[in-house]
Order: sequence, then structure tokens, then C-alpha cells
Amino acid sequence: MNASQVLSKFQASGVETCFHNRHISPQIFADLNGSNWCLKDYEARGGYQALRKVLGLDGGTGLTQDQVIATVKESSLRGRGGAGFPTGLKWSFMPRQFPGDKYLVCNSDEGEPGTCKDREIMQFNPHIVIEGMIIAAYAMGIRVGYNYIHGEIFQTYQRFEEALEEARAAGLLGDNILGSSFGFQLHAAHGFGAYICGEETGLLESLEGKKGQPRFKPPFPASFGLYGKPTTINNTETFAAVPWIIRNGGQAYVECGKPNNGGTKIYSVSGDVELPGNYEVPMGTPFAKLLELAGGVRKGRQLKAVIPGGSSSPVLPASIMMDCTMDYDSIAKAGSMLGSGAVIVLDDSRCMVKSLQRLSYFYMHESCGQCTPCREGTGWLSRVVDRIETGHGQMADLELLNSVAENIQGRTICALGDAAAMPVRAMLKHFMPEFEYHVAHKTCMVPAYV
Amino acid sequence: MISEESKARFAKEVAKYPADQKQSAVMACLTIVQQELGYVSPESEQMVADYLGMAPIAVHEVTSFYNMYNQKPVGKYKLNVCTNLPCQLRNGAHAMDYLKAKLGVDNNQTTPDGLFTLQQCECLGACADSPVLLVNDTKMCSFMSDDKLDQLVDGLRATEVKS
Repeated sequence: MNASQVLSKFQASGVETCFHNRHISPQIFADLNGSNWCLKDYEARGGYQALRKVLGLDGGTGLTQDQVIATVKESSLRGRGGAGFPTGLKWSFMPRQFPGDKYLVCNSDEGEPGTCKDREIMQFNPHIVIEGMIIAAYAMGIRVGYNYIHGEIFQTYQRFEEALEEARAAGLLGDNILGSSFGFQLHAAHGFGAYICGEETGLLESLEGKKGQPRFKPPFPASFGLYGKPTTINNTETFAAVPWIIRNGGQAYVECGKPNNGGTKIYSVSGDVELPGNYEVPMGTPFAKLLELAGGVRKGRQLKAVIPGGSSSPVLPASIMMDCTMDYDSIAKAGSMLGSGAVIVLDDSRCMVKSLQRLSYFYMHESCGQCTPCREGTGWLSRVVDRIETGHGQMADLELLNSVAENIQGRTICALGDAAAMPVRAMLKHFMPEFEYHVAHKTCMVPAYV
Repeated sequence: MISEESKARFAKEVAKYPADQKQSAVMACLTIVQQELGYVSPESEQMVADYLGMAPIAVHEVTSFYNMYNQKPVGKYKLNVCTNLPCQLRNGAHAMDYLKAKLGVDNNQTTPDGLFTLQQCECLGACADSPVLLVNDTKMCSFMSDDKLDQLVDGLRATEVKS
């Protein structure tokens, strides 16, 4: 056996995390098996029919740019990358009549701890992203696009490149797509290990070949984006939702979710569950149902807390979480964020100080360093949580943590500062006795972290 | 110097971007260099800078900003183990400890035979596959129980004996 063969034995098949029958009415993950990612398979599933409908190649009259944007607005599709901004509205910000170059960018720099959905979308259904991007480009009059893919998933980058080649060969990308007057070039780019490039303006800097340090906004990318040109950036899953919406209509998309929270959403469930993986379910599905789909809390333990939207979102105790439904509005009302839909489950064996210790280290490590409150503050947070965890903390440290977090939040160019501060404040808010116990007894209140 | 094959890959990357934006290909070019030579030396940075028409310091800014570029030679197999919270909850940190003991090295160290470099890393974006590690920036290994970590390390060592 050679080295490549040794390594391939450990490559994920997707069986555990994606090709299970525990999705509910899936749209993006419907009928996937790991080997049917190619163009012909995608077309057999109805792929590129939405594009043909838009271009009037299905026997219909086609859709105008305004009609496409209106349909996406009607669907109440909201950005799946974390912010939840209405997609149709974002598309309407693009100055379509701008005479020079305009760009479309897909943010596949999926590095928010807990999130692992875009990798599986691109690995197992890459053409759905390509089709979504072509339709978006059509609607906004854009002729060039890039998909910026997380450097750590290099195999998925290679897969996406293969899918692009297929699409080009079939006349789905390039000049005069499917014989129409519309042309769109799409390329893949990759990162190489920088969480900050998931921030859209950090991503643009990276795509320009620079350090991924976010830009001050405004100007927003819609007016000053890639190479200073008007640019629209959406998340991978957002683009992947578009073909279904065009085929079935905006209203149908709303109906399979709930008002203001259209469609299905892929939740990456990780941590203390029996069956970690991706679950595509309608927006508004009760959290309890999602937990059940993921096999429940592992080993029959009790649910302690959930970080509902990636590591940056404020933690919620079990009692609050069990009353939530999985959609932007419900989680926001409960005091957290749906974020990227990464649900990190913690059971009753978990020490919250130790959990926060690892997260605070992460934000310190990934701060890009350009804003003082974040560069210095994330170091303070990490060191203070670390000394509490290792038995060297003082009671005054608890107030200090809140104070440092408050002085970071809202005082930085991008949201990484907030992302570092919010988990600290939420942990202290909901689990203060554990932190106090740690300081007083120099050990965990929770007996085992197993 | 890099091979003709890598140079052809450079050209393919540059072609993705507008003619006056060749710098956009810098990350891909540095990655190609690392894939062939194992790390990015100052000489390689100079070569990429010349190729793309950039200042060498601008290339170095990129090499030093992004976590995955090796600024020094590493072992034949670089193992990056994710220990971030979702992985920590599912034995990711344990996998790191297990490899430290098995390889007899600490974080960021290389085995004396030059075969393995072990590094803790941040989120690989495969949280449901934990424990998960990345080999040489390209091959993701999922569900790495102690047993599988043994198979991985022993299997790679065995390929050396044969060759």
C-alpha cells in the first residue's frame, strides 16, 4: 500500500453525516448518495431546470432580472452564512446599471467552529451552488464570479473545480450560456487557514492576494467590493437554495418554513449527541425535534446547554433551548443567534469554564490584529479564562472578564471582536456559579469532563 | 526551483483573475510551492513575487498571515489535529494527546526520523467527523479513534520501510 492509499482509508464517506434518512423535506440534500455529484446526476434530479426557466429555455418566456429578485424577496430567503440578511434585498442593492466590472462572490470559507455544512454541499452536490450562482449573476447583471473555499477542505476545492469544468464543457458557464446572450465566468479560489477570511471584506482582501484584514464599512461591498467594484457576497448554502426557489416559487419556499424564515436550513449538529451530522429540516422545526434526529444527548445524559449558531453565538441553557424552534426569530428572541446553524450540544458532564477556555483561545489565535480592542482584548479574555480554569483565578477576574468583553464589543472594524466577547458574556450570565466555584475551589464544579 | 508542472499550475491560477490583478493568485501559487517543496522559503517567496509582479514583502505578508503555510521545513507528513470546542467534545483533544504520546513529540514538533510533524489546529470545518485531522494540508481523515490513529501512523511508517 502506498501513502495515498493509507490516507484514503480515513476519508469521510458522508454516510454518517449526510446520507441518512433523518432529514425532513430536504431540498439541497435530497437524493444524494456520495457518488451522484456529477452534472448528469444533478440534471437527473432536476438540476439546471431553474436556469433554463430563467433564460426562457424551458418553453416559457423566461424571467427578467426584476422577476428573479422579486421571487427571491418573496421567498424570504435569509443569508445562511450567519447574519441572516434577506437575500433578495441584498441582491437589489447591486447597482445593475453600473457600467464597469461587477463581481459575484460565494463565501465558502466555512470555519466557524461547529459548522460543516458547506463542505458537504460542495462535496456531494456542487452543481446546486453553481446553478444558484449563475442565476444570481443573471439577476444582478454580473459576468464574473469567484467561490472562495476554506483552505482546509482542499479535496472539496478540487471537487468544485471538477464540477466547474463539467459546467463549462456543457455550456452552462462561459459566454452565451446555453446559447443565450447571457455570459458568466465562475472560478474557484481557496484560503489557507485564516478564520477571519469568513468575514466578507476580509475574504475580499484575501481574494485580492493580501492579508485577510477586514475593511471598514461603509462603503459596503455592493458599492466597493472586489478590486473596488460593486460586489455581492452570499454564503454557499444561500446560493444552493436559489434553484429550488426559482423552480417552485417564492411563496412555496416560505410555506416550507415559517413567515420571515423561508425554506429549509441545514443544521450542523456537533458535540454531545449520539449522531453528529448535518440535518436539513424546515425553518421553525423545534429544537427538541432536531436533537431527536441527532439521536439525542449521547449515552442518555442530560442536556446542559447549547451553542445554537456556531461558536460565536451566545450559549443558551437547556431549559431555554428546549422551548426554541430553529429559526432566526426564535433563537434571537431567546437571546442568541441562529448564525450559521451550527448547533454545539453540551451535556451535563461539561465544565463551562473549560469549554470557554478553548473558545477564547481560538478568538485570540484568529484575531487579525488590526483593531486594538480585539487584538489585545482577546488575549486578555483568553488568559483570564485560562487562569480561572487552571486554578489561579480570583473573584475580581469575573468582573474583569465582563469589563474586557464590554470594551471589545462594538469597538472593532469587524464582528470578530463581538464574536469573541459574546460567548464570554453569555457563559458568565448563565453559568456564573460554575465560574465562582472554580475560583473558590480551584477545581471544576462538574465532576468529569469526559 | 519548482517543476514545469507547478509552473503550469501557476499559469492556470493567474488566468482566473483580471490581467491587472495577478496578485490574486498569490495564495494558490504559494500553496503549489508548498505542495511541491514542503515549505515556503524566502527564495520561493521571491520567485512567486517575480512571477506575479509583487514586492517580496507583500508575498511574505501572505505567507506569515495564513496558518497553513510552513515557513520552515516540516516532516514528510504534517498532521494537523483539530482541538476546537466541537472537536474537544468528541475526543479531538484526546486524539492530539494520543498522537503526542505515540509519536513522542509535543505540539509543533517533528519526529527525529523526519517523518511526522504534529500540530494542533483550529476548526477544519468537519465538526461532525471528529476526531478529525488534516494530513499535508490536503487529505482530511475523519472519525480518528485511537485504533485508526494507530493504523494511520503505522500504515504511513510501513510505506517507508518498503520504499
